[in-house]
Amino acid sequence: MKILVCISHVPDTTSKINFNTDQTEFDTNGVQFVINPNDEFGLTRALWFKEKQGATVHVVNVGGAETEPTLRKALAIGADEAIRIDQPATDGYSVAQALAPVVKEGQYDLVIAGRESIDYNGGMVPGMLAKICGFGFVNTCIALEIDGNTATAVREIDGGKETLKTTLPLVIGGQKGLVEESDLRIPNMRGIMQARTKPLHVKTAEGPVAKSQTLRFEKPTPKQAVTLVDNADQLINLLHNEAKVI
Amino acid sequence: MPILVYAESDQGIFKKSTQELISYGRAMADQMNTEVIAAVTQDASSAQLGQYGAHKVLHLEHTSLGSFNAELVAEALCQAARVTQASVIVVSSSANSRYMAPLLAVSIEAGYVSNVVGLPTSYAPLTVAHNVFTNKASAHTALQSSNIVLGLSKNAYGVHSYETHAEISKHSPELTASSIEVTSIDKAANKVMIADAEVVVSAGRGLKGPENWGMIEELAELMGAATACSKPVSDLGWRPHSEHVGQTGKPVAANLYIAIGISGAIQHLAGINSSKVKVVINTDPEAPFFKAADYGIVGDAFEVVPDLIQKLKEFQAQNA
Repeated sequence: MKILVCISHVPDTTSKINFNTDQTEFDTNGVQFVINPNDEFGLTRALWFKEKQGATVHVVNVGGAETEPTLRKALAIGADEAIRIDQPATDGYSVAQALAPVVKEGQYDLVIAGRESIDYNGGMVPGMLAKICGFGFVNTCIALEIDGNTATAVREIDGGKETLKTTLPLVIGGQKGLVEESDLRIPNMRGIMQARTKPLHVKTAEGPVAKSQTLRFEKPTPKQAVTLVDNADQLINLLHNEAKVI
Repeated sequence: MPILVYAESDQGIFKKSTQELISYGRAMADQMNTEVIAAVTQDASSAQLGQYGAHKVLHLEHTSLGSFNAELVAEALCQAARVTQASVIVVSSSANSRYMAPLLAVSIEAGYVSNVVGLPTSYAPLTVAHNVFTNKASAHTALQSSNIVLGLSKNAYGVHSYETHAEISKHSPELTASSIEVTSIDKAANKVMIADAEVVVSAGRGLKGPENWGMIEELAELMGAATACSKPVSDLGWRPHSEHVGQTGKPVAANLYIAIGISGAIQHLAGINSSKVKVVINTDPEAPFFKAADYGIVGDAFEVVPDLIQKLKEFQAQNA
């Protein structure tokens, strides 16, 4: 089985979010970039398939050269090869369009993407990629088993979960649950050494066209300080009369 | 060219998010001098949708639409858009809508913006504000395609009342079999879902152990709220994974979020900060959560919560 894991290069959760002077771009000064948290669960699950079922695992990112350290980290965690599609990630549609030819050429059976990335929160690339490639799609996937050509997936739904059965080729929008947090793999010394020589191919995209454009960013007005109260009576009074939520 | 809204229902009932979506679609339609059509894929009595502003309701009827399937709903809506000549489709932020919307967007080659927080600020090109960086900022994005899909954030617009008489019609889409089969569903009956809840009562490690959750459940029941928990509590197995809210858990966009014994780690805040009002109860006055809260009580949960339950009962009795 050939697995492709989509890796997003995102600012660490604790990053301060700031924009440049005209508010058109995210300010990367001093920001630590990491593998998108949802993608980490997918990568570890892919490596489980590698160990138990002999799958090959490739990782892919759509972005400029600045994303390569993040791809190397994925190689250090255990992926076999990395691909960087040299194109700025302008909107979800164009990212999906850039990924599709790589998926088809590579003849991947399974594409594991993160349900959503913590920077732009679009939550659309996995589904769009599946539809463009004509693959099946399961979103908010919290468990995945593959047996030959059959996939059994558990999807988180509002208020519970459902078990689905489908066939390969498949794209999933994965998240926590694919593996337990405590089972997430991290790079060890050997992995880091090996990552330096594992292949990292750079491909050009064939000119996907964005269907949306972000004109500017805005930070919310700073929050007012908390109103501390001494007891339940005061709290109920404020929630009822001031906040009007009860 | 009308606006089409995906009006989800659950066992014949239209949820608040659907009512909000229709109100939003109606406001857009008024600004664009057109109509809003509610597309319904499941059995539900839809005349009431006029109360939220729907000019028309389109029942999409097909045996395969009885239970939710993302591929089939996307295809049905794609055909509905063609039949009604709608080029703008608005969906909610429910798990099903978020699953289906990217498939629909590609079918109609539409630009798609999710987490939208208000009406378009411009119509040429259509431009909307949406949450990014896990609610730490917003972006203003212009759509450059002729077809458009918008995903509205929960509680971003509110439900508005109208006295519109909605004209009801039917259409039978042509659907092929889906490659996906649901083999089982595991859903707690009669429990308020975090996704739908107006109020969420959440607790963390400050509760010291799973045996202490009785008062949390009691408070939640009193308020008609969903129960939730922090990540450490879910990792420790004190509460089910389905209650974990935060960056790698469920997002919460409730009207009221009450956090008891939760310190307020950044990953937790990231997941809950589109809730309108946040109340924090914690013994530690330095807990980071107090910086993100609207109201707070510095105190021992084991004293504050039972007192809150008692006083709430009195308050509810007085206001009955």
